[in-house]
Amino acid sequence: MNRPIRTLAVFCLLLFGALMVNATVIQYVDAGELNANPSNRRVVDATFSRERGDILVGREPIARSVPSDDEFEYQREYLAPFRYAHVSGYFSYFSQTGIERTQNSVLSGDDSRLFVTRLVDMVSNSEPVGGSVELTLDDGAQTAAYEGLEALGPSTQGSVVAIEPSTGKVLAMVSSPSFDTNRFADHDFGRLNDTFEELDAREDEPLLNRAIQTTLPPGSTFKIVTAAAALEQGIATAADDPVPGGPSYQLPLTDISVENGGRDCGSGDIPFTQAMEQSCNTTFLALADQIGVEDMQEQAEKFGFNSEYLEDLPLQAESRYPGTLDEPQTALSGIGQSDVAATPLQMAMVAAGIANDGVVMKPYLVDEVRSPDLDVLDRTDPSELSEATSPETAEVITQMMVNTVSVGTATPAAIPGIDVAGKTGTAESAPGRPPYAWFVSFAPAEDPQVAVAVLVEAPGGQQEIAGGTLGGPISRAVTEAVIDQ
Amino acid sequence: MSQADSGPQVVHRRRRGAELFLLVVALLVGLGAYAAVGLGMEGTIPADMLTYGGWLTVMVAACHVVVRFVAPWADPVLLPVVAALNGLGLAVIHRLDLTYGELGQKDDYAQQQLIWMTLGVVLFLATLLVLRDHRTLQRFTYTSGLLAILLLLLPLMPVIGTEINGARIWINVAGFSFQPGEIAKVLLVVAFAGYLVLHRDALALAGKRLLFVDLPRGRDLGPILGMWLISLGILVFQRDLGSSLLFFGLFLVMLYVATERPGWLVVGGTLFAAGAFAGYQAFGHVRQRFDLWLDPFEYYGEGTNDLGRQSVETQFGMGWGGLIGRGFGNGRPELIPYANSDFIFAAIGEELGLTAVMALLVCYGLIVERGLRTAVTCRDGFGKLVATGLAITFALQVFVVVGGVTGLIPLTGLTTPFLSYGGSSLVANWVIAALLLRISDQARRPLPSMLGTEPDPAPDAEETQVVKL
Repeated sequence: MNRPIRTLAVFCLLLFGALMVNATVIQYVDAGELNANPSNRRVVDATFSRERGDILVGREPIARSVPSDDEFEYQREYLAPFRYAHVSGYFSYFSQTGIERTQNSVLSGDDSRLFVTRLVDMVSNSEPVGGSVELTLDDGAQTAAYEGLEALGPSTQGSVVAIEPSTGKVLAMVSSPSFDTNRFADHDFGRLNDTFEELDAREDEPLLNRAIQTTLPPGSTFKIVTAAAALEQGIATAADDPVPGGPSYQLPLTDISVENGGRDCGSGDIPFTQAMEQSCNTTFLALADQIGVEDMQEQAEKFGFNSEYLEDLPLQAESRYPGTLDEPQTALSGIGQSDVAATPLQMAMVAAGIANDGVVMKPYLVDEVRSPDLDVLDRTDPSELSEATSPETAEVITQMMVNTVSVGTATPAAIPGIDVAGKTGTAESAPGRPPYAWFVSFAPAEDPQVAVAVLVEAPGGQQEIAGGTLGGPISRAVTEAVIDQ
Repeated sequence: MSQADSGPQVVHRRRRGAELFLLVVALLVGLGAYAAVGLGMEGTIPADMLTYGGWLTVMVAACHVVVRFVAPWADPVLLPVVAALNGLGLAVIHRLDLTYGELGQKDDYAQQQLIWMTLGVVLFLATLLVLRDHRTLQRFTYTSGLLAILLLLLPLMPVIGTEINGARIWINVAGFSFQPGEIAKVLLVVAFAGYLVLHRDALALAGKRLLFVDLPRGRDLGPILGMWLISLGILVFQRDLGSSLLFFGLFLVMLYVATERPGWLVVGGTLFAAGAFAGYQAFGHVRQRFDLWLDPFEYYGEGTNDLGRQSVETQFGMGWGGLIGRGFGNGRPELIPYANSDFIFAAIGEELGLTAVMALLVCYGLIVERGLRTAVTCRDGFGKLVATGLAITFALQVFVVVGGVTGLIPLTGLTTPFLSYGGSSLVANWVIAALLLRISDQARRPLPSMLGTEPDPAPDAEETQVVKL
C-alpha cells in the first residue's frame, strides 16, 4: 500500500503548492490592482482617514485636516469655504473636485515626489501624511473678486478671473453663486448625499465653476481679438489709422442691418482708436469680414481658443471659434457673436496676452508643492503658451484699450493715477435670455501686473446689463488689490 | 504488510525532548500572537495574559506528559504544530472579538473557542489513554459506519436539526449547536479502513483492463456507488458541498490506497464529475456558487445581490495585507463576513500577510506529511488506511476551504482545521491528532524482538530514516 500513499503525498504537495501560488497571486501579483479598485473600502477609508496636506494661499491654509473623533481619524476643514470653493474644490468620501482632485496624490501623500517622506513614515511606523500645495492665488484679489460679485446681489451668476500676464499665474478665480465646501467634508454620509442632491438640483448651478466651465459669446470683448487680427494682417498699423465706420452695417448676403447702439462711430472711415473706444460694431463687423474666417480662427486659436491649457483644475471647457462659419457669421464673430464662445479664463488670457507684449503665458494655479515639513519639492516654472501677436500689435491695442477706459465705454474701471487698459462687452445669447455683461482689463498699461476678466450672466438685483457698469468696478477692485501690495 | 517489503528496518528514536522544545516554540507563537493582539488593538498586553497563558501552558504540558507516558514513540512534530495552529487561531478570533465588541455584536467567540479547545484536549488525552492500540478500532468497523450515517442524518431530523446559511448540517441540543458531520468524518475513516482492509483483495484483483486502465468488477462497484449516493444525499438534502466533496474524495482515496488500482480513481473521478455536473444543472445553489467563483466582482456592490461580498472582500483584504500584513488591529477583517470561522484565513492574510499564510500552509503540509509518513511506516494495513484517511481528510479539508476562500476553487463551507471558530471541528480535529499520534507510536515503536538489541542511543549518531521512494 506504500506506493499509492507516496503518490498521494506528491498529490498533496501539488494541492498545497497550488494554494501557495494562488495566495501569492492575490497578495503580491494582484495586490496593486486590488488596492486600486475604487470599490475597495479599505483603501478608500484609509486614504480618507489620512492627515491630508494643506492647500495654501499666501502661506495661509485655506484647506487643512484636523483630528476627528469619529471613525475617521481626520476631518477636512475649509477656512474660507465660499470664497475658494471652486478652486480648492472639496474632498468628500465619494468624490473630489478642484485642486483636491488634481493634486490628490500630493495631498494624500502618495506622490512620488514625497517618496522620501513616505520612506521615513514607513521606517518610523507612523501614518503617512500628505504634502501641501501652495496656490498662485492672491487672497486680496480673490476677496475683491468674490465680494464684488456678492455685492451685485445674493443670487448673482457670474465669474471673475485674474491672471499675472508675465507668468500666467492665476491670481483670482471666483464663480458665483458659490457653496460651502465644508458641507462636503461631512462624515455623515446620509447628510452628505442630501447636500449633493440639493446643490446639484439648483437652477443657478452653484457647483459649476463658471470661470472654466461656462462658455458664452464674449461679445464686444472679442473685438480685441478682431483688432489683433486686423493689425497682424496689416489692415491697420497704428491707433490712428482709418478703419471703416458708419452708423450701420448690413451683414453680407443678408438684409440684416447692425447698428452701434447710439454710440458715435462717425460715417465713412474713422480712426481705429475711436472704433475701439466707442466699441463700434460696424467697424469690427467689416474688419472680420475683410480678414476672413481662416485668419480670424487662427488669431483666436493663438489666444487659446479651441484648446485646453489649464492642467490644475479638472473638467475645463474649451472656448470655441469654429472654422465652419459662413460669411455673415464670420462678420458677426468679429463682435463676439454667432458661434464664438469663451470662458472667463479665456478672456482673461486675451487681455493678459496683449498686456504681455503679445505673448500668452500658460495659466496655472499650483505654484509650489511642499513636503509635510514645508520643504519645497517642486515649483511650477512659467511657460509660454503661444505668441498671439507681435509686440507692436500689442502696443497699439494697449493704447486703444487705455483710451477706452479714459474716454470711451469703460470709464467705470478707471483708477486715478494708473493707466488701465480695458474693454467692455455686452453679449446677446438666446432670445428671451438676458444679455451677458463682460469686462476685460489689465493694468498698469506700461507695466501690466494683472489682467482681469469679469462675466456677469445674471445679476442678483434689478440692474441694467452693461459690461462697463457691472464689470468695471469689480475689475477695478481686483486690480487695486493686486497693485496696492 | 510485513516488514520485509517496507525496506530495511529502521529504528526510530523517541524524540520526546524535541517535541518539548517544539511545544515551547508553539506556545510562544500562540501567546506571542495573543500579546500582539492586545498591543495592536489596545496598546497594552492583555490583562488576562497570565491566566490565559497559564491555561494554554497547562493544556500543552498535559498533552506532552500524557504522550510521554502512553505514546512515547509517537511522532514529535504533530502535537507542536497542532498547538501552534490552535494558539494562533485563538488569538485571531480574540482579535476579531474586540472589533465585533466595538460594533456591538456578539464578542465571546474566543472564550467559547477556549472552552472547546479544552474539551478537545480532554478528548485528545482520553483517546490516547483509552485507546492503547489502534487496531482495537477495527472491531468497530460496522458500528462506526452505522454511527456515522446516523450522525449525518441527525441534522435532517425535525426539532434538533437546524439550518444555518442554507446548509442543514447543524443540530441544536440544549442550547449547544454542533456539526455531527465533523465527528462522522472520523468514524467514516475508521469504517472505510475496516471494510477495505477486509475486502481489498477482491476489490484489487478482479476486473478487466480497458484502455491501459484496470477497471473494477461490476459487483465490486457496490460500495463506491453507495458512498457516491451518500455524498449526493448530503449535497441534495443538507446542501453542504464541502462535506459532500470531502467524504467522497476520502472514500475514493482510501479505496485507491487499499487496492493500489488507479482505476478506482478514474471511476470515482467520473462519478464525481457526473455528480457535480448534474448538481450544477439541477440545483440553483450549486450553480450560484460556480458563477460566484468565476467572477465575484460581478456580484459585489450596489445594484447586485451582493453575494460576492465575501470573496471580493477577502481578495481586497489579502491584497491590502500584502507580503507582511497590516499588523493586528490595523486591518479591517470585520468587513469579511464570517471572518472568524470559514474565512479566518482571509483575516490572517490581511493582518499577518503572505508570510503568515505561507507559514500556515507549511504547517498544514507538515501535518499531512507526518500523517502520510505514519501510514508508510505503519506495519498493519488497517493502521495504514486510517492514517492515510485522516491525513487525506486533513489535506482535502485545507485545500477545499483555503482554495475556496482564496478563489482557487468554488467556495464551499468548511472550517479551517484548528484555526476557525467552531467547536465540533476543533474537537474532531484534536481526536484526529490523537489517532495519528497513536498510530505513529505503534509505527515508530521498535518490534519487541528488536528491543533487546536496541543500539545505545549515541548522542551524535542520528539515524537516517530510510524510506523507499
